Amino acid sequence: MTIQSKKDDLIALTQFVLAEAKKQGATSAEVGISRGDGLSVDVRMAEIDKLEYHRDQGIGLTVYFDKAQGAASSGDLSEAAIRDAVRAACNIARFTSEDDCLGLADAELMATHLPDLDLYHPWELSAEEAIETAISCEQTARDHDSRITNSDGASLSTYSGLNAYANSHGFAAVRASSSHSLSCSVIANEANGEGMQRDHWYTSSRVAGRLDSAESVGRTAAEKTLERLDARKLSNREVPVMYIPQLASSLFGHYKSAISGGSLYRKASFLVDSLGSKVFPEFIRLSEQPFIPQGARSAAYDGEGVATQERDLVTDGIVQTYLLSSYSARKMGLQTTGHASGVHNLTVDSTGQSYEEMLALMDKGLLLTGLIGSGINGITGDYSRGATGFWVENGKIQYPVEEITIAGNLKDMFANIVAVGNDWDDRISTRTGSVLVEKMMVSGE
Amino acid sequence: MNLMDIAEASLLAPYELDTSKLDRVFDHLVGPKTDLADLYFQSKRSEGWVLEDSIIKSGSYNINQGVGVRAVSGEKSGFAYSDEISMEALLASAKSASAISKAGQDGRVKSWHRQDAFKALYTPENPLDTLTEVEKIALLQLADTTARSASPYVEQVIANVVASHDTILVADHNGHLSADVRPMVRMSVTVIIEKDGKRESAGCGGGGRYGLNYFTEADRIKGYVDEAVRQALLKLEAVDAPMGEQVVVLGNGWPGVLLHEAVGHGLEGDFNRKGTSAFSGRVGEQVASKGVTVVDNGTMADRRGSLTIDDEGVPTQCTTLIEDGVLKGYMQDKMNAGLMGEKSTGNGRRESYDSLPMPRMTNTYMLGGEHDPQEILSSVKNGLYAVNFGGGQVDITSGKFVFSASEAYLIEDGKVTKPVKGATLIGNGPEIMNRIGMIGNDLELDGGIGVCGKAGQSVPVGVGQPTLRVDGMTVGGTAG
Repeated sequence: MTIQSKKDDLIALTQFVLAEAKKQGATSAEVGISRGDGLSVDVRMAEIDKLEYHRDQGIGLTVYFDKAQGAASSGDLSEAAIRDAVRAACNIARFTSEDDCLGLADAELMATHLPDLDLYHPWELSAEEAIETAISCEQTARDHDSRITNSDGASLSTYSGLNAYANSHGFAAVRASSSHSLSCSVIANEANGEGMQRDHWYTSSRVAGRLDSAESVGRTAAEKTLERLDARKLSNREVPVMYIPQLASSLFGHYKSAISGGSLYRKASFLVDSLGSKVFPEFIRLSEQPFIPQGARSAAYDGEGVATQERDLVTDGIVQTYLLSSYSARKMGLQTTGHASGVHNLTVDSTGQSYEEMLALMDKGLLLTGLIGSGINGITGDYSRGATGFWVENGKIQYPVEEITIAGNLKDMFANIVAVGNDWDDRISTRTGSVLVEKMMVSGE
Repeated sequence: MNLMDIAEASLLAPYELDTSKLDRVFDHLVGPKTDLADLYFQSKRSEGWVLEDSIIKSGSYNINQGVGVRAVSGEKSGFAYSDEISMEALLASAKSASAISKAGQDGRVKSWHRQDAFKALYTPENPLDTLTEVEKIALLQLADTTARSASPYVEQVIANVVASHDTILVADHNGHLSADVRPMVRMSVTVIIEKDGKRESAGCGGGGRYGLNYFTEADRIKGYVDEAVRQALLKLEAVDAPMGEQVVVLGNGWPGVLLHEAVGHGLEGDFNRKGTSAFSGRVGEQVASKGVTVVDNGTMADRRGSLTIDDEGVPTQCTTLIEDGVLKGYMQDKMNAGLMGEKSTGNGRRESYDSLPMPRMTNTYMLGGEHDPQEILSSVKNGLYAVNFGGGQVDITSGKFVFSASEAYLIEDGKVTKPVKGATLIGNGPEIMNRIGMIGNDLELDGGIGVCGKAGQSVPVGVGQPTLRVDGMTVGGTAG
């Protein structure tokens, strides 16, 4: 079956759902259908650990009876099952309340230009090849140093599939995408024989040929793990904190939550009424690029069919837009911004420093490489999380640290960003370098 | 009808499957080197309703059904699944899953045994049918009106109720057929309050393996609402949490999430077989203070974490993990138990048919000690009294774990004083267990809201503990 005929099949199914909803009395409806398959292989200590074949399909639909809604989902795509799901959703809509803000996004906002974003590169990977690659990745890590004594293994996975969305405005689209990844996690023993440390590394891409080599993933996993050995606690102190790119993206994740419609209309955000106000220093620009070919979050339309667009979320440190779906927009008397399914590729402009220059700029402080737990209060912005990293003096790493917490308030942390490095990590959908925050409270012994 | 009849009627009969057809599947799945193979049939229906802005904002119905096919040879697992239950899908999945240990012709199951003598820990009744739609909605409306009359500062109430009905059937290579029918209900209430321009939010909820009328009894909804409102109002007055190492007194009940993170995960069989847990190879050693006894008990009637049988068809049990501070054993599924020369403890669980089972907790708690909670608090000169928590997380290899206190107070001169802002507590599991200085006589289990995540799979669990004094734990506050 060609990809085009698979796409046509899914579109036909969406139209069947919409017709069925109409037949059962719905005034409008929307539906998403996904189908995909994949293979994942876990190896450990040079042997296969797990070999898993994935074959997923699912349908999610919402029906509207004027201003009341009902939803249903199912893993069964047979016509009989779809009829049942529509019936269940229609039954629910009879009991939910009318809400003027509910309904499809406005028809004139539907995406009309659907460029090929080059997201679909299935990988014809046999189980044998997958096992071989994963084993060589893990072997590189285990051979790297005699202190690496154990392993959590290496995993190679590939997935490709289709996602269709349609609604009763006549919008119907399907996108094909793939994702592949290779990861490795190994364990090293402390010199005193007492404790163990573990760390990992991974590579991911929509195109198999663009994955980092198995050897480089294994080597990096081993190096990361060895760096953690003989970590110490720190005493309590207020110091600058530098977030590596993988963690810096979480800071901008908290920003995205705080300006998302769901948090704002409930006034459950520390950034209520922040549109047009200065939240970051002047040099911070956050921009969204939904059309990056092969991008991790690239999409021409959001979860409601609304056209996405290139735009700044923050310019010169000032909030340019909220992140709204049609529902949250109506609740706030605004128009949807095409963010029903989040931000589509975010870029944080760098202030130009390399990783080493960022460390030098910090001079003395905490280089943050791991966060654990989720101690964030979205209403007040209070922030307190478990941390691991390195103590830095004179711009140079001194020793690893662990079992400490870092705390502050996100509003202050945003305002006190000192610099953003150019050491981007291309694996993550938020393109940011390291971020240096002027000061945070580090709690230890 | 017994559970097996119910399961066969909904998972095999409609698809024209019977034991002779399953024989043929095992022919393709099992080979000379196969140690373990099973088929996991599942059909789950769930329904949820959400109230916000005092109206019933949304509702949803979910159908989740399929079959998972697994073959294990030594440490290797082969796995495939299908969203469609049919002979064709079973044979295709068996072919894929058997790739790890080339199947031969000796896979035929000798004879089939229906394992149906287990005493069910909950009723098989479908919770979705225990109340009418109007009555379900009334639960949420009651939460809304109760909250709005509880305090003039309540700005927003978000309430939801979820019910599910899960029927499973496990057929294994030894010819054992086991079945379970699992109800689950859960309700939660979140309030957002505003007072003097300051806003806060808090939530509370509960549930278990009951029908929805659980929520119409014993003023439960009022209990959830009052607790959520009380916690939210308290947060408005909270001062900055202290920083650095403190003596921490943990309240009873839900703070048992500490045990779940500090020792529970580290005692799961898979990590110990692989030697990747901070507790690996330490059975028989003193790993906690004297007086500390921790169990994992899947056999408690109607509890959220309980199971009549686990997802490998093994009846659950009460497993002593730590007794008087000495490590007694691990939580096991069939595969890891087999590799370690032990027996499954009925802890083989999976999120659904599309995921492989692994050792998971059920209801994990510490038994009570002899001290009155008040006596414990007054024994502390200065410290932190943490009575409610958000979630937690652990790195089982280094033993480091965190959990976030959502309700905590300063202890000053043996007295509980000001409430403090939410803060993360961090410690090392094996170390903290040796710093338990006093154990209360007030063991309590949580209200039925726990969800545990491991390797991408979520399962419902229970936690519990008495009031505990931990003599030194790092508190992630901002007040020096």
